[in-house]
Amino acid sequence: MQKKRVFWSALAIMLIAAMVLGACQTTTPTAEEPTGGENVAALPQGQELANAYAGMYTGKVVTMAGPFTDQDEVVFNDSIKGFEEKTGIDIQYTGSKEFEANINIRLDGGDRPDIVDYPQPGLLRYAVEKGYAIDMNTLINPDWIKQNYSQAWQDLGTMTGPNGDIVAGIWARANGKSFVFYPKKAFDEAGYKVPETWDEMMALTEQIAADGDTPWCIGIESGAATGWTMTDWLEDVMLRVAGPEAYDKWVAGELKFDSPEVNEALDYIEAIWFNDAYVYGGRAAIPTINFGDAPKPMFENPPKCWFNRQGNFVTTFFPEEAVAGVDYSFFYLPPIKEEWGKPVLGAGDIYAVFNDRPEVRAVIQYFSTGESLKVWVEQGGAILTHNDASLDWYVDPVTRGVAETIRNATTFRFDGSDMMPAAVGAGTFWKYMTDYVSGSITRQEALQQIDASWPK
Amino acid sequence: MSVAQANKPTPTGNSAIGKIISWFGTTLGQVLVSIFVPAFTFVVLWQGYMFLQRANAPQIVQVIVAIVWGVGGVALLYLVTNWLVMKLPKRLSRVLQPFVFVGPAVAIMAWFLAIPVLRSLVASFRNNLGTEWVGLENYKYAFTDPRMLETFRNNLLWLVFGTAFSVGLGLLIATLADRTKAEVLYKSIIFTPMAISFVGAGVIWKFIYTYKGTGVGIQEIGLLNAVVTGLGGTPQPWLNLPPWNNFFLIIIMIWLQTGYAMVILSSAIKGVPSELLEAARIDGANETRAFFSIVVPYIKGTLLTVTTTIVIFSLKTFDIVRVMTGGNNGTNVIANEFYLQSFTYTDAGKASAIAIVLLLLVTPVIINNVRQFNQSRRGF
Repeated sequence: MQKKRVFWSALAIMLIAAMVLGACQTTTPTAEEPTGGENVAALPQGQELANAYAGMYTGKVVTMAGPFTDQDEVVFNDSIKGFEEKTGIDIQYTGSKEFEANINIRLDGGDRPDIVDYPQPGLLRYAVEKGYAIDMNTLINPDWIKQNYSQAWQDLGTMTGPNGDIVAGIWARANGKSFVFYPKKAFDEAGYKVPETWDEMMALTEQIAADGDTPWCIGIESGAATGWTMTDWLEDVMLRVAGPEAYDKWVAGELKFDSPEVNEALDYIEAIWFNDAYVYGGRAAIPTINFGDAPKPMFENPPKCWFNRQGNFVTTFFPEEAVAGVDYSFFYLPPIKEEWGKPVLGAGDIYAVFNDRPEVRAVIQYFSTGESLKVWVEQGGAILTHNDASLDWYVDPVTRGVAETIRNATTFRFDGSDMMPAAVGAGTFWKYMTDYVSGSITRQEALQQIDASWPK
Repeated sequence: MSVAQANKPTPTGNSAIGKIISWFGTTLGQVLVSIFVPAFTFVVLWQGYMFLQRANAPQIVQVIVAIVWGVGGVALLYLVTNWLVMKLPKRLSRVLQPFVFVGPAVAIMAWFLAIPVLRSLVASFRNNLGTEWVGLENYKYAFTDPRMLETFRNNLLWLVFGTAFSVGLGLLIATLADRTKAEVLYKSIIFTPMAISFVGAGVIWKFIYTYKGTGVGIQEIGLLNAVVTGLGGTPQPWLNLPPWNNFFLIIIMIWLQTGYAMVILSSAIKGVPSELLEAARIDGANETRAFFSIVVPYIKGTLLTVTTTIVIFSLKTFDIVRVMTGGNNGTNVIANEFYLQSFTYTDAGKASAIAIVLLLLVTPVIINNVRQFNQSRRGF
């Protein structure tokens, strides 16, 4: 017993001594060395990019996540290859078709990619509200951001976080969505003419149907994001029917979905979509056809369908051997009401940063230059938001035409579903439009459901 | 504490200091040590992981070290705690020792199960970002919104038809296979789908239900549509046909779960004593009568357990719906709505409320299952 007590006493004293010592010990600051670069002159984008080119971050890894997969992913990797070779930084991009669904899980779970490519500012807003996104003005030289992006793009990238307004992201690719692609060669051979007004387009649609063909290729399947093609259509037609001001109100939630304006727009869409003679596969097939597969029948000989209304990025889904300007071309989705001019609907990818490391700064500084996506531009399918991107980069006439159309637009509006709160823009808007197209619910039910889901 | 105090040490001296030292050495010291030493060991182990996380070693080295550190660490934690408890006075050590064994399991259960449930409960009364209290707003949504009513209806379909057919077919096949020579073969065929994940099954069945539309030069590639057109019918977009598309999805679950029901029920049927069946036959019972009056009552316990397990499965249905339709076209289920609210619409409040509702729905089934399990255990 005596022995036992000695053991306990000794242990207890040692324990207390250890605690006292532990309390006395001052925590040695583990401040990391500030990134060097005294010898390297800064670039206008920032110090870290210059360091990267000086080879100071060789072997470092920067992780990136985004929604583009398949062909887009290949092209993206091609376009960053040069930078990786020059700097030795390894940019590891992971694309996911479930991006919209799982990016917030990754952020909330602490598994934050260094850089995330958002196709929707609405989705990024969540990360900003939660305080995850890092202010671009701290990562990139603010003067450079002001210089290289137009005010409109800067405004679209500014969001309110827990500590006030920040530049939440920088824009990379932009795309116009008000375009109808058609198989040019067969189109010319058949003697069809590009329509200038909506009525002309409908007349042509009817003519093609009368000729025994199916005029429209429409598919809205897109994995977890099924339905977005439909929401793009509705936005495009809204701009033409109700005008930009009503459109802005609608996007802000002030104009209801179940309103005369939206209903009128849907009348125009239904006239095409719900006519089995006008749509390849018929109305029932629309929700089952992937948006990327939808234009493929256009390239068969003879074409099985003739029109595909889509953003300019869809050209990456076209067959490789199809030549822009020869095998296919595009026309601007014609206006409906003259008073609203020629509005263009567009969207873009915005990059946000979630981890602040020198090599991440270097990469995001690089992405703030047009140079970073030059390869993508040259391969087609991308239009840049950067001011330092030259128009000469657009090698094919179609993309250059798209870029010109965006420039000539009397009105440019950002994709509405991307601006709406995620619950609507990446959720109910897609879901109920899909249910409505497949006929599971009526139009009115769909519109009322979307109205009810708008966060209060 | 009172146990420790009751265990008075033999006094070493009458001086006050001696008493203090003696008290210090036994009671307080023991309690302090028993708390701090395991805690200290835990912190050391934890720091090891933190160090590992920061270390820049190759991944394979990190993995190996992590495994050794983890397994060894748990063993070390146990040894240290057990050694300490053994050092304590006998009465105390007898009281504490079970906790050394059960403690970690209970702690992990609390950490991974109880705390998340409580957190969900709290979150279900807060807004979408979890920043403000909103009262019962989320539950109002969970019980009255048309979306939720649709999911309740669909889950009910899954519950009734999915369970009834899985168990019914499983029982039928188990009974019939019991009387054939090639029993193993039949049972293997039925059981094989069990090995396929729900997601995998969804992908397989997507090919079966594929619909390409109608029009010039369109060829159907879906199996079901091939059968239908082969018989002279018109192809259908099977997954876009509410409410029937729910049944097309439920068939997948039946395909997967029948094997499970069959295997368990088959072994139960084999346990029915042949004397009982013979006696029934001698008394003039035909096969149907013998089945329902002898076999079914005899395997009632197993039948209930299998049914409740599949009921829980059908309430939790998610994968198939997610893969096949994403919950569109009137096929949404509770778990998918939870997923959408949580991860797509980023509404933590509504998602938590739905999760709690789902938990409440499953709880009675689980309680029943556990009770059943305990009864059957007592029988052995």
